[in-house]
Amino acid sequence: MNLSAGRSPGDTSRAADAAVRARGLRVVRGARTVLDDFDLDVRQGTLTGLLGPSGSGKSTLMRAIVGVQRVAGGAVDVLGRPAGAKVLRDRVGYVTQEPAVYGDLTIRQNLRYFARVLGAPRSDVDRVIDQVQLGSHADHLVSRLSGGQRSRVSLATALLGTPELIVLDEPTVGLDPVLRVELWGLFHRIVEAGATLLVSSHVMDEAERCERLVLLREGSLLADDTLPNLLERTGTGDAEQAFLKLIEQADNGMRTP
Amino acid sequence: MSLRITLATAARVLAQLRHDPRTIVMMLAVPSLLISLLWWVYDGGRLFDVVGPALLAIFPFLVMFLVTSIATLRERTSGTLERLLAMPTGKLDFLLGYAVAFGSVALVQAGATAAVAVGLLDMQTAGPAWILVVVAVFDALLGVALGLFVSAFASTEFQVVQFMPALILPQFLLCGLLVPRDELPDVLGAVSDVLPLSYAVDAMRDVQAATDPAVAGDVLVVVGFSVALLALGAATLRRRTP
Repeated sequence: MNLSAGRSPGDTSRAADAAVRARGLRVVRGARTVLDDFDLDVRQGTLTGLLGPSGSGKSTLMRAIVGVQRVAGGAVDVLGRPAGAKVLRDRVGYVTQEPAVYGDLTIRQNLRYFARVLGAPRSDVDRVIDQVQLGSHADHLVSRLSGGQRSRVSLATALLGTPELIVLDEPTVGLDPVLRVELWGLFHRIVEAGATLLVSSHVMDEAERCERLVLLREGSLLADDTLPNLLERTGTGDAEQAFLKLIEQADNGMRTP
Repeated sequence: MSLRITLATAARVLAQLRHDPRTIVMMLAVPSLLISLLWWVYDGGRLFDVVGPALLAIFPFLVMFLVTSIATLRERTSGTLERLLAMPTGKLDFLLGYAVAFGSVALVQAGATAAVAVGLLDMQTAGPAWILVVVAVFDALLGVALGLFVSAFASTEFQVVQFMPALILPQFLLCGLLVPRDELPDVLGAVSDVLPLSYAVDAMRDVQAATDPAVAGDVLVVVGFSVALLALGAATLRRRTP
């Protein structure tokens, strides 16, 4: 597998092995064009990090991929189907930045409900509670949990069933370093088991945990590459430096066409 | 539409309610206490027999409207609605789930209130008292449908509570409880004719007055309004949002 193959115009990655394929995607929210003529390819079975400052369009892109974002133009295909298609609804897991779970139910009640909605086996509930390490709190009300615990309940929901693509919007915000490391371990295990993971973060050091990086800035694609390639291209030592360098290059490119 | 998801949603809504015993007690006890207060106000006289059944129509409508509008507003603002719609949940599954859950609460509520009114306070009705409970459940479903619809037009709980005086109080004033509907000024009479609560109260009145009450027509109107409101409510549930 050649992970370093760069994207080029007219990229011919086959739809069959594309987990996500966006072409000319345009999203307007209010008066603002968040994404414009945006292309993206995410191959199946990869862990892709979506990085960029807040407001760069990460969440909007993720929403478009999941099919909950109204789109002004272009197309997004997920697992070979138009994003949001009915057949995708139990094949794509999605976790929003704000935990979307019921505060007045226990962790187990939340997951049992979502499992029933997805038609996932009941045994999945205990599995995902273990995966996010909330076993000791399973029968606690979600409203009594800490912010980090709440977002792990939300994450657990996306692991129910057998999602082929899991889209996680800033899943590690507010977590302590130990938990963060453990969650990234979990993400890698999920990918090894065959799923595709798209994880957004505005923390650049998390880039080192992704096979592939998509860097966003002001709604446009700054880079889509592996970390080693990015470091080599920019002659920098870490993801943050590389990102800043790329911004600098892009700005210079704009000024001196 | 999926029966599995509808029932799961109803069970989930009831489970949320179970974690809130104070609300359960209020929902079940307050109507009974109010109808007892009314009995006291009329000193157990004949007017109680006239007003009592009308109140049995209004309680479930009002209570279920409030509970549903706030519950669905929370679903809209907390992201759980978006998550459910991104999952295999159909709009109808969501709406009917709420209707089943709160409809069954209404059954218990109306049963308790009617039992207190008829059994304890000796409210006299010409028709069978169980019809009061049946009509009350349909009124509750009307409240659920209106609450689901209205929650789309509020972005905070403050706003949603303001819909109570805006949408429920006029119906209360014109439903025939204060002044019989045929004695209202013409314009108000016509307005009263297009408000669903009027038909709910008419049905209750009929049970009170007639030994063989014909409530089907009035109940059908109430059901018609509920279905129309649920359809409008479904239109406000959007899978894709701006």
